[in-house]
Formats: sequence, C-alpha cells, structure tokens
Amino acid sequence: MKRRTFFKVTTTLAATLVAGAAFAQDNIIVGAVAPKTGPLAGGAAVTHWPNIQLWVEEVNERGGLNVGGEQRMLEVIEYDDQTNPAETIKAVQRLAQQDNADIILAPYSTGLNIAAAPIFDRLGFPQITSSAATDQIGDLSGQFNDMFFLLGRSTDLAEDAVEVLTDLREAGEIGNRVAMVNVADAFGIELMAVAKPAVEAAGFELVYETSYPLGTQDLSPIMKAVKGADPDAFVAWSYPPDTFGLTEQAMIEELDVKAFYTAVATAFPAFAGRFGAAAEGVMGIGGVNTASPEFMDYAARHEAATGAKPDYWASGMMYASLQILEEAIETTGTLDMAEVTQFIKDNAFETVMGTIDFDEQNSNTAYWTVGQWQGGEFKGIKETGRDGAVEPILKSGWE
Amino acid sequence: MDILITGLILGGTYALIALGLNLQYGVSRIMNLANGEMLVIGAFAAFTLFTVGQVSPLLTIFLVAPLAYVLNWLVYRIMLRPLVKRAKNRGMLEVDAILTTFGLSFVMVGIMIWAFGGDYFSYSYLARPITVFGDNYGLNRVVAFICAAVLCAGLFLWLNVSRAGMAIRAVAVSPENARLVGIDVPKLSARAFALGGAVTAVGGAVISTFLTLDASTGVMFTMKALIIVIMGGVGDVRGTILAALVLGVGETFVASVIDPGLTLVAAYALFILILLFRPQGFFGKKPT
Amino acid sequence: MKRADWQNLGWGAALLVVAALLPLTGDGYLISLGVSIAMYTVLATSWALFSGPTHYISLATAAFFGIGTYVMGSGIEYINYWLLLPIAGLIGGVIAALVGLATLRLSGVYFVIFTLGLAEMTRQAVTWYQNQTGHKGTYVLTELTDPHIYWQLLALAALVFLLGWAIGRSKLGFALRIIGDDEDVARHVGINTALSKVALFVVSGATAAIVGAMIAPRYIYIEPATAFTPMLSFQVVIMALLGGTGRLWGPLVGVIPFTLLWEAISSSFLNQTTLLLGLSFLAIVYLLPGGFVGLYDRLRGRAKKRSAMA
Repeated sequence: MKRRTFFKVTTTLAATLVAGAAFAQDNIIVGAVAPKTGPLAGGAAVTHWPNIQLWVEEVNERGGLNVGGEQRMLEVIEYDDQTNPAETIKAVQRLAQQDNADIILAPYSTGLNIAAAPIFDRLGFPQITSSAATDQIGDLSGQFNDMFFLLGRSTDLAEDAVEVLTDLREAGEIGNRVAMVNVADAFGIELMAVAKPAVEAAGFELVYETSYPLGTQDLSPIMKAVKGADPDAFVAWSYPPDTFGLTEQAMIEELDVKAFYTAVATAFPAFAGRFGAAAEGVMGIGGVNTASPEFMDYAARHEAATGAKPDYWASGMMYASLQILEEAIETTGTLDMAEVTQFIKDNAFETVMGTIDFDEQNSNTAYWTVGQWQGGEFKGIKETGRDGAVEPILKSGWE
Repeated sequence: MDILITGLILGGTYALIALGLNLQYGVSRIMNLANGEMLVIGAFAAFTLFTVGQVSPLLTIFLVAPLAYVLNWLVYRIMLRPLVKRAKNRGMLEVDAILTTFGLSFVMVGIMIWAFGGDYFSYSYLARPITVFGDNYGLNRVVAFICAAVLCAGLFLWLNVSRAGMAIRAVAVSPENARLVGIDVPKLSARAFALGGAVTAVGGAVISTFLTLDASTGVMFTMKALIIVIMGGVGDVRGTILAALVLGVGETFVASVIDPGLTLVAAYALFILILLFRPQGFFGKKPT
Repeated sequence: MKRADWQNLGWGAALLVVAALLPLTGDGYLISLGVSIAMYTVLATSWALFSGPTHYISLATAAFFGIGTYVMGSGIEYINYWLLLPIAGLIGGVIAALVGLATLRLSGVYFVIFTLGLAEMTRQAVTWYQNQTGHKGTYVLTELTDPHIYWQLLALAALVFLLGWAIGRSKLGFALRIIGDDEDVARHVGINTALSKVALFVVSGATAAIVGAMIAPRYIYIEPATAFTPMLSFQVVIMALLGGTGRLWGPLVGVIPFTLLWEAISSSFLNQTTLLLGLSFLAIVYLLPGGFVGLYDRLRGRAKKRSAMA
C-alpha cells in the first residue's frame, strides 16, 4: 500500500513536470514571480500583485492584446518566490522553459530584481523593474542590457528629502536640528549613507542618529532618545513594520517636530487608515501627482478591480511598467522580445505616472522622491522632473 | 527608571509570546514550530473584528481564547497524539514534533494567505500616551503589560493551587512518575497543549494593538518564544516570566545606552550565555 | 577493502559521471533544478554526517552558509575566486570548532535552540557591521553560470560522500556510533566524546560555508536576510530526515523527491503552494516514519523474514 502511494506520487510528479509545455498557443502566457510569503510578502501584496490582476483583467476585458493584428488573451502564471533569490531565479527559468511564457514580469524589490537580472538577460526578456531603487543603475544596465529602472536612484530619494528640509529651513520654517535613524537593512543602510553627508553638507546639526535591526519590536527607546535630543526635524529610513511603529511612538512621545519623515510604507493607504488625521503632514518616500486625471482614473479602477487602493509610490510605477510592455508589444506587433526591448529603449511612453522616457542607462529620470500626507492624500512634493508637485506643509501636532 | 519601565513593558509583551509555548513544550513535550502562526491568527481575529465591527481587542480575547483552545485540542488529538504514541523515546518525539509542526505552520500560513491575502494588517487602538513617573508610554503597551501580568498571575496560581494545575506540573516534571500516581497523562497533555495555544492566541490579539503583522510573520515570534522558553527553563512558568522580563529590560538597556543596532545581538548573546552557564534555565535544577 | 566496497565506489563514480552530464542537455530549467538538488545534497549529507550518529539536530546550517556567502561577497573584489572557496571553508570550520567546543556539552534540545540563535546572531552582527561602515549592497559579479556552479557543487558532493565513507570505516566513525548509542558507555571505554563530536561539527560547518561561497555568484546581490535565511536550516533538516540519517545515501534520497515535490507543487497549484507544501509535508511525516531509509530497512526486514519463513 505504502509503496503504491509512493509510486503514484512520483508518476504524478513526472507528469506535471513534463506537462508544462502543453498550454494552448492562442493565449499569451504572462509569467509573474514575486513574494507571497516571507519578509517582503506584505509589501508585494500592496504594490505588486494587485496591479498584475488589474492589468490582466482590463486587457482581457478589451479582448486581449493586439499582436500583429491578432487579438490574444492574457493568461497569468504566478509563482511565489518566498522572498528567496534562489527561488526567484528558478521560477524565472521555469516560466521561460517549462511554461513557455511569452512575457515575464520583473520580480519585486531591489534584491530579488538584481538576483534575477542575469537570468532575464540570458533568456532575453526585458526586465522593467518598478520596485528596485539602487545606485548601481549604470553598472547593472551596462552588464544586463534588458534591465530597466522606473523607481530611480536611491541617492536622489535621500538627497531630495534633505533638500525639502533645507528649503523649509531657508524659508525660516524649521530650525537647524535634525534627528535621523535607519533600519539596519540594505535599503535603509544605503539611504542613510547618502543622507548623512547630505544633511551635514547642508549645514544641519545632526543631534541624534542611530540604526535599529529589522524586526525590532519596541521602538520606544529610540523615540525617547529622539525626543530627548529635541530636534526640529525627524527623518527615518525605515521599512514597513517600523514605519508604523516609529510613527505611533512619535505620537505617544508627543514628538513635537515641524517636519516628520518616514520612508517605505508611508505612501501605503494603510498608513492613513491607521493614523487617520494624525497622518496629516507626515512626509515619506515616493509620492504621486494625485491631481492628475490619469492617476485618479487609475486609482479608481485599481480599487474597483482589487478592492484596495493603490499606494502612492510604487503601485503606479508597477502599473506603468505593464503599460509600457503593453504598448511595446502592440506597436511592434510581435512577441519577439529583442524587438520589444529595443522599442522600449527607443520610445517614450504615456502612463498613469506621466510620460516615461528611458535614458541611455535604461533609467527613468523623472520620478517622485518625496511625498506628504495632505488632506487624506499622499501628494508628491519633490520630484526629478514631474509636474504637479505641491508645496510642503508643516507638521503641527498629532491630533 | 525610564529604561526599567520600558523594558518591563517589553518583557510583558515577550511573556505573552512565550507563555503558551512553555505549556506546550514543557508539559506536552511538543516543540511547536507553528506557535507563531497561532499568535498571528489571534492577532488577525482582533484586527478583523476591530476593523469590521469596531470590537475592542480586549473583548475579542474572550472569543479567541475558547476557539483557540478547541482548535489546539483538536490539533493535538488528531495530529500529535499518534506521534506521541509512536515515539519510542523523547528524542524521536522531538524530531517528529519538529517536522509535523513545521508542516503545520506552512498549512496555517497557506490558509491565512488563501483566505485573507498577504497584506499587512495594522490598526490603531489606544495609541495614546499615558504618563507614568513623568515619562510617556503607549497606553496600548501598558494595557498589554497588564494583560500579561494578569495572565501570568492567573496561570501561576492555577498551576500551583488547583488540582488540575498540580497534575500538569507533575507531568511537566516527569510523565512516567505522573502516570504512576494515577494521572491521566495523555488527557492532561492534550489540555496543556490546548491551553498553551489559547494563551498564545490571546497574546496575539493583545499585541496586535501595537505591532504591524502579516500572514507570514509568525516564524519570527516562534523563534523569540523558543529562546525565552529555553532561557527560563522548560515547563517552568516562573522561569519564562523572568526570562521575558530579563530579555525586555536587557534589550531596552542596550538600545538606550549602547546602540539600538545591537539589541538583537545582545538578546542572542544573553541567551547563549545563559545556555552555556545555566542550561537548565533560571530555576531549573542541575541535572544529575 | 572488500569487494563490496569497490563495487559501491564504482556505482558512486558512475552516478557522479551521469549527474555531471546534466548540463549538456542545455536545458536551463533542468540545470537550475540540478543546482538546487546538488546544493541540498551537499548540505543535507554533511549535516547528517554530524547529526546522524550524534542525534544532535543542528539549525546552524544557515549561519555557516551565510558566513561563506559573505566571505565570497566581501573578498571577491580582492582575492581569486578559487582561493576564496577554501578560505570560506576554513573560516566556517574555525567558527564551527569554537562553537562546538563551547556548546557540544549541551544536550538535545538546548543545542537545537542554540544553533538557531547562532544563525540569527551572526546575521544581526553582520548587519550591524555593514551599517557601521555605511555599506552599500554587496555585489558578486562573476562570469560563472549555472553549469559551473552545478559542477562545483557536484565535486563538493563527491568529496563529502568520500569523506563520509572514510569516516564510516575509520575509528572516528566507530567511536561516533558508540556515542550515538550511549554517550556514557563511550566515555567509559575511553573515547574522547567531545573531540569526536567537534570534529564532525567542523566538517559540516566548513562544508556549509563552502556551499554558501559557491552559491554567492548566483545570488549576485547579497543581503543578510537572504544569506542567513532560517528557512535554509529547516529545509536541510527536513530533507535529511525525510531521507533518513542512518545511511550515507539517506539524505540524497530525501533531497531528490523533496525538491521535485516542491517544484511540482509550486508549478501546478499556483495560489495554494504554501498550504499544499505543508500538507504534503505532514503526509511524509505520517506515512514515512524514519524516512526512506527506514522504509527501505523495513521492506528489507520483511523480505528477509519472508525468505526465512520459506
């Protein structure tokens, strides 16, 4: 009996491994791999997966993609990489070679995208990253020609935040004392490394700085120390759980700063959901032009299709990456990825985030760097070439 | 003073995380790697009821506790009891338990993702400052500390005063001898396991008022709980409470005085030192 | 050596040659699957070398793996790749020796938790160090591709098998078997139990570090969270136990079906992967106690009984 079950399992295994090739040729197979479990699953569930769902639904409702005069429906194959780069690599390979995917969407996060870059490159798929922020764009796109970057360089993201503070100081709105903390994880460390010299160069006095490990459960000692240092502005290069944690501690400590900045997840709708009116005036990484009709329309469709609002940073970029791919395929009329990649390099695209035109390093040069909660929306206040930035307001208390 | 109170409050949180596992591991001899998932389920229940029906998490625990008790009792009866029967010695049970509960943790994460998605769930409850000795503390954390204190005291009294509690302690010390004096070991093991699960789920509901969680964060709590249980001594409620408080104060001390970046290093170093010099836990007797 | 030994050796060599031919298929997916299998085979076999006879469950694999990854990540700009592999092994071995000397007198479960803590502590320490130095991501950009990595891992696997085979025939192996049966007896007959255990722990630690160093070029971008992922430790334990630690080939027969099952589930049930993995996992525990080795021994025992009756 036992032996028979074992044989049955192995034969089913063999069958499923081989069966991948037998999909219908009419549909366009879209491969998607990103975390559904592991440390980054929470972020991917907000920013990454809903956009794929939305895009595929919309395209199929229209009757599919027009490839060389032929309407073809989209069919998604999703894999969970468990936030593990080895799994990402394997899944991309499986999508290309077992599932015969016609398109493979870029994975989620900086680390997983970079890990997957060589395999995308070898298989010849364009990798339009919408959640990778790094300063290695030149090196990476030099080595992996098919890799595109939408989210921007981390240096700009950090320096622009410092610039917002500098502007406020020049206007006489805030003083000279800055407290700055970071989560001790790749992204946080990188941003801190840029921001610290920038703050000092701008003539600020860094009255408190520290780092804390990812997964710290109690941030109150940090916020107590921050309050003790009596800063005029607070900046945290933080990740989702601690962005929430630091903000809550700031409320509890009644941290009285005129400028309060937290990084990743400040732009999540859940941030306003949790802090309500207290979120008003909180600054964070990212931002969008909330007044642009394209974005408003996108946000409404996103909510209707997925039941959740998009975030005010990478969500729109993720959707834009899908729009770029869609336009490149429909205009070239082919699923030949080399041709599609070349088209993406050569052309500018109209997206929900505005016009996107990649430079010679395959990088989008116009993006939002700093946003702020104003009247229940996270509005872009600083950009590298986008329209619609609003003036920053001062944080006034936590009520 | 400030460090001490902050540390004690954090210690209370840790006690909530670890108490349940201590019962499960100490009495039922199941090293439950799915403990953190039970915590997340408790937290999720509190979150859902709060966002949908504005039900206070402090009321939710009265619903969560009996449900978690029944659920864990079933888990023990259906899944773990056969392993206990099958095991020839403690080592074999340990291996089987690790494997089974590891699989179980996957199942639980899978069900949560399938049913509710992988999004963060966080809400604001009692996120107001409260002043103690001139310093501000989060009211939700203070409330959690009080919950932990009540739970610890209740559990401790129950284990030391009531008949059932004494029997459970007897099983924790020596299942063989407990059997000899007429204690129904299997039945009590099941109850202790169920009780442990209920305590963990309640802990989850309480800490969800100030921590941001998602479906796959459980493993983080499992590890913390394991460390605390081992530090305090397996099967010893006093030890667990003390270990939780020591860890809380230690981490806060390091964060405030040395460097917040070293808190977790310090926690593990503390744990390793205790393992090396008092492997039997704070109150454990030296093995002969 | 007896004839049977030569025969076993011959079979092993033949299997190795067949396995080494895999990249010639040119199928990238098969090769990447092969890398996973080779990697877990090395890790699980070296894990079982230590844990099989001593019954200590070590969750430190991730710690040593991560150390190896970081040795490669921080050294690749300055030192030759091939030199870094033994360096990683050396560092892993030294750390394993220190840890072993300090902790192997702990018994059973304390050791389990200790090793888990060790992995987390190393990870936190590395992160903290990176933060102190204002470190910007660690990149390992090399020309190495999957087939290279696969062959390297295969060679390492062969080495581990040879080593395991040699240990099994040596005095050390004999001593370890006695320790596994009863440590007190071992001590009484004059075996240096601590040293024997440490020796094996060093082997498994050094191996895991080398594996980490070999895999680093595949990750390209190294983060503490991925290099020290605790999942790795658990997966290694589970695969080894699924195969069974009683025999040298046990972990291998655990790794292969587990990896294939994992693949099959994650490719055919896209949204319930985690759930089904958990369920199949439970099925393995309940239907296959003692792993495949246990099943094999039981079947053989039954066959023997039957032939004895007839």
